[in-house]
Amino acid sequence: MKLKHLVSASDLSHAQAIALLDTTAEMAVVSQRDVKKLPALRGKTVVNLFYEDSTRTRVSFEVAEKRLSADVVNVSAKGSSVSKGESLKDTVQTLAAISADIIVMRHSASGAAHTLAESDWFEGSVVNAGDGTHEHPTQALLDAYTLRSRLFGNKSGSDLSGLNVAIVGDIAHSRVARSNLILLKTLGANVHLIGPPTLLPGALSAKASSANYSFDHAIESQHFDAVMMLRIQSERMNAAFFPSEAEYSRLWGLNRERFARMGKETLIMHPGPMNRGLEIDSFCADHPNSTVLDQVQNGVSARMAVLYHLAGTDRND
Amino acid sequence: MSFTLTNVTLADGRKVNVAIDGDRITSVGHEQHGELVDCDGLVLLSGFVDVHTHLRQPGYEQSETVLTGSMAAALGGYTAVHPMANTMPVADNAGVVEQIQRLGEDAGLVEVQPIGAVTLGLGGEQLAELGSMNASRAKVTIFSDDGKCVSDALVMRRALAYVKTFNGVIAQHAQEPRLTQNAQMNEGAVSAELGLAGWPAVAEESIIARDIMLAELTESRLHVCHVSTAGSVEQIRLGKARGVRVTAEVTPHHLLLTEELARTYDPVYKVNPPLRTASDVEALREALIDGTIDVIGTDHAPHPDELKSCEWSSAAFGMLGLETAASIAQLVLVDSGKSTWVRLEEVLSKVPAVISGLKSQGQTISAGSVANLVVIDPSVKRTIIDGGASKSNNQPYVGMELPGQVIHTIFNGKFTVRDGVLAGKA
Repeated sequence: MKLKHLVSASDLSHAQAIALLDTTAEMAVVSQRDVKKLPALRGKTVVNLFYEDSTRTRVSFEVAEKRLSADVVNVSAKGSSVSKGESLKDTVQTLAAISADIIVMRHSASGAAHTLAESDWFEGSVVNAGDGTHEHPTQALLDAYTLRSRLFGNKSGSDLSGLNVAIVGDIAHSRVARSNLILLKTLGANVHLIGPPTLLPGALSAKASSANYSFDHAIESQHFDAVMMLRIQSERMNAAFFPSEAEYSRLWGLNRERFARMGKETLIMHPGPMNRGLEIDSFCADHPNSTVLDQVQNGVSARMAVLYHLAGTDRND
Repeated sequence: MSFTLTNVTLADGRKVNVAIDGDRITSVGHEQHGELVDCDGLVLLSGFVDVHTHLRQPGYEQSETVLTGSMAAALGGYTAVHPMANTMPVADNAGVVEQIQRLGEDAGLVEVQPIGAVTLGLGGEQLAELGSMNASRAKVTIFSDDGKCVSDALVMRRALAYVKTFNGVIAQHAQEPRLTQNAQMNEGAVSAELGLAGWPAVAEESIIARDIMLAELTESRLHVCHVSTAGSVEQIRLGKARGVRVTAEVTPHHLLLTEELARTYDPVYKVNPPLRTASDVEALREALIDGTIDVIGTDHAPHPDELKSCEWSSAAFGMLGLETAASIAQLVLVDSGKSTWVRLEEVLSKVPAVISGLKSQGQTISAGSVANLVVIDPSVKRTIIDGGASKSNNQPYVGMELPGQVIHTIFNGKFTVRDGVLAGKA
């Protein structure tokens, strides 16, 4: 498989997505070895260019890069416009001038990774580590891998056909939701969106198997193999998307009582960081069905898989 | 200078010789005198008048100057432009509008008729000295806070009422600010997919509905800038049916381009109001043909590369328009078979001249009229390659093939463009 960039989950065909999941499984094995290293990116320079603070995503990428023997440079960039420091173009051209091979970018502007990949500022590969409220494709890959390994024992070559996955919360502002909606559908799963109407755009609902404003109604009418809870940001409250944290939690939070009405097998997913007591209570966060820590662990393997394929390493080692 | 445009076709289809002496047309018919300029197969129209231009001077000379903007205008067939007030300093007093007018006279390529700000510093709170700007040498009649909406209903009401003193008009940039906070593109399916904050149609339509009521209340004149949605067209249609003195403008880009272009995340397509849907484009075209929309205004908005070569949300709003407007008008009105050259001449020249009250523009082509004219070759197909004479390069039509080419532009009886080339540059 040849992959130049990973900007959107829609960059991946069914076959490519399966191949990435299979490679993720192989990378997971590497991560359990005593010596957690592969030489795939030896001599390659990978820059983690982060315009937003994100410890967990940056650390996950950094570990993945180091396990593939890359030379890793972390750049915390501030500001994103001409008025606030250096432009994206100049920063990236600087990185190109020092012969970076791959740029992993987190940016607050939707489409920034797309702009970078399409530009002539940088010849190398671009991995989107989250762009504004647009996409976060490696998160979707690690979520898909987590589902596959928990529900299908990670059978090589298998997809997620027939699974019913609910994504609950602030769909409108969630890059995790957008990438998951695309990738889970590519892999054959049914995606159900749940959230308040202020945070659930009709255009995304139209792409889902179902959309529901009421979490309770959704639970009554559909069995879910997994519920993916999205982080809710309290600043949305100030913009009148919902009245209060308490009301949000009451109507769209995952709690013990609500969980009891789902199937015993339903997996509880969260991309982190969690707001305990808001979108998820501690009973659910710490429940054996919770995959939160699996997701973190699988994140490293999934990112290794992406970087491995970007490097164009087609050898079977 | 004495010359005759021979065998030229007028908008109504008559084939005539048009003789010009000094700054006037001396005859339209068979007569000829002076130099003969063969215009067989070409269309002659009254020179175009843009009611919505950004020339960026004073203050933003890195984007455009009155001179470079005038060059672009002349090449686009314009003999008059109306630079908007969002300069630095803002054109909110007699001094600045007179300065801009003077720069226009120095450039000497088109009539530069400044638009004055409605409120001090475009702040939306305190009325600028509208009367002084009108009484100044610049004789401002159109006032606009363009780029910003006069969103305060009371200020808008007062402004509409106040300009009745001198039969002025308020040109409103209709954008409800709260509904468009941080808005990046049209709100809808595409914005939801792209994760870009949406600019809902209702933010435009609600202001237009309100302003039409205020114009009715004050019995004053309202001009709606860059109408971009089907719903806005409906509001204007209703207002006109009630007899409200409202005129409306559409930009060339809203007649041709759609929000789908945002999928490229290329900020050259970032504009305010945003590119809308294909059905909006269709409604705008129909409204332009049936007269609900009165004029094409370019909203020519030059920006330097550093404000466009960046991520979408950091980029400036706006695109070039002066050198492509006539081609898009020809495409939409004439080549579509749905309207005529007569209508094209109305929307690009005659009606904008009336809105602004420019006496020597948009006149009927007949003996005695001031020779502000444009000659077009409608048979040319040209592929847009760059930003043309503008100082900026934010040209959204690069690579597109458009019909029609301005061959000659005649301003006050003198060629500003001859054989497609700026006068003095040949």
